[in-house]
Amino acid sequence: MKAAVLVFPGINRERDMARTLRLVSGSQPNMVWHAEHELPARTDLVVVPGGFSYGDYLRCGAIAARSPIMDAVRTFAAKGGLVLGVCNGFQILCEAGLLPGVLMRNENLRFICRDVYLKVERSDTPFTRGYNAGQVIRVPVAHGEGNYIADGETIARLEGEGRVIFRYASPDGMIDPNWNHNGAINAIAGIVSERGNVLGMMPHPENHVEEAIGRTDGRGLFAGLTEALGRAA
Amino acid sequence: MFPAPASDSYGKPQVMKARVTVTLKTGILDPQGKAIEGALRSLGVEGVTSVRQGKVFDIEIDGGDPKKAEALLKEAADKLLANTVIENYRVEVVG
Repeated sequence: MKAAVLVFPGINRERDMARTLRLVSGSQPNMVWHAEHELPARTDLVVVPGGFSYGDYLRCGAIAARSPIMDAVRTFAAKGGLVLGVCNGFQILCEAGLLPGVLMRNENLRFICRDVYLKVERSDTPFTRGYNAGQVIRVPVAHGEGNYIADGETIARLEGEGRVIFRYASPDGMIDPNWNHNGAINAIAGIVSERGNVLGMMPHPENHVEEAIGRTDGRGLFAGLTEALGRAA
Repeated sequence: MFPAPASDSYGKPQVMKARVTVTLKTGILDPQGKAIEGALRSLGVEGVTSVRQGKVFDIEIDGGDPKKAEALLKEAADKLLANTVIENYRVEVVG
């Protein structure tokens, strides 16, 4: 795996992400500053990490989405390259037009920082091959704007094409408003692009990969990616 | 060299003032507006039936052509100021 982790002013989860990528894949990712115009040669995975790019000014992710490196990411994604956006990274990918919809203010207006349960809807994607379809994983969220919405037509397309990859669920995998912490439509926690090569998700799988932290549920995502990219190479 | 700013006949740079107003589209849930609406009610401000929160950008532009200014403001709104998935915008050249 030759991952590139994008760094924007105000991002603060890029080191967690880099540590996880190194730990699980065995190779050190490149950290790429937002003002760059090109990704490092032979990059096979772009990761847009979480944090608060530009202090969430204007709209979450809006300013980062228009930085020079994002043109390179657009070109990379158009060629089928794998892109993972987590939390602010998901917001940035939506603002950049790489994923549809918007992350609005949480329904209860609070910043939510806790573990959540996610139902993995599909295992036949490069991002989720380390899981079984229907499996429930427990990972943390930390966001104020994670309430996913899109127009009715877009939601129907996402659902119809099986592009909802993660949903907020109860510990036993039931989709229940009481477990849909931020009020996202259809309890959507993560979606993929039309071609399936761009994944955006609000929760932080990179923070549950080590026994020392107490849980390793997030490891499957990175292990699956490593395997997918290893096979492709 | 930087291009010289547009100037009037007295050689003074001309600046136009403009305003871009960004509002949420109808039907988009606005939790902040709802909270403000509730707060107004609890403050005893009677008769408020609905609040929707938006943004106002006061912008200054070089040059004196209102048509050009309007086109430039639309470009700014489409490219950055508004997310047209959920927001509408209005541009006004104030003078």
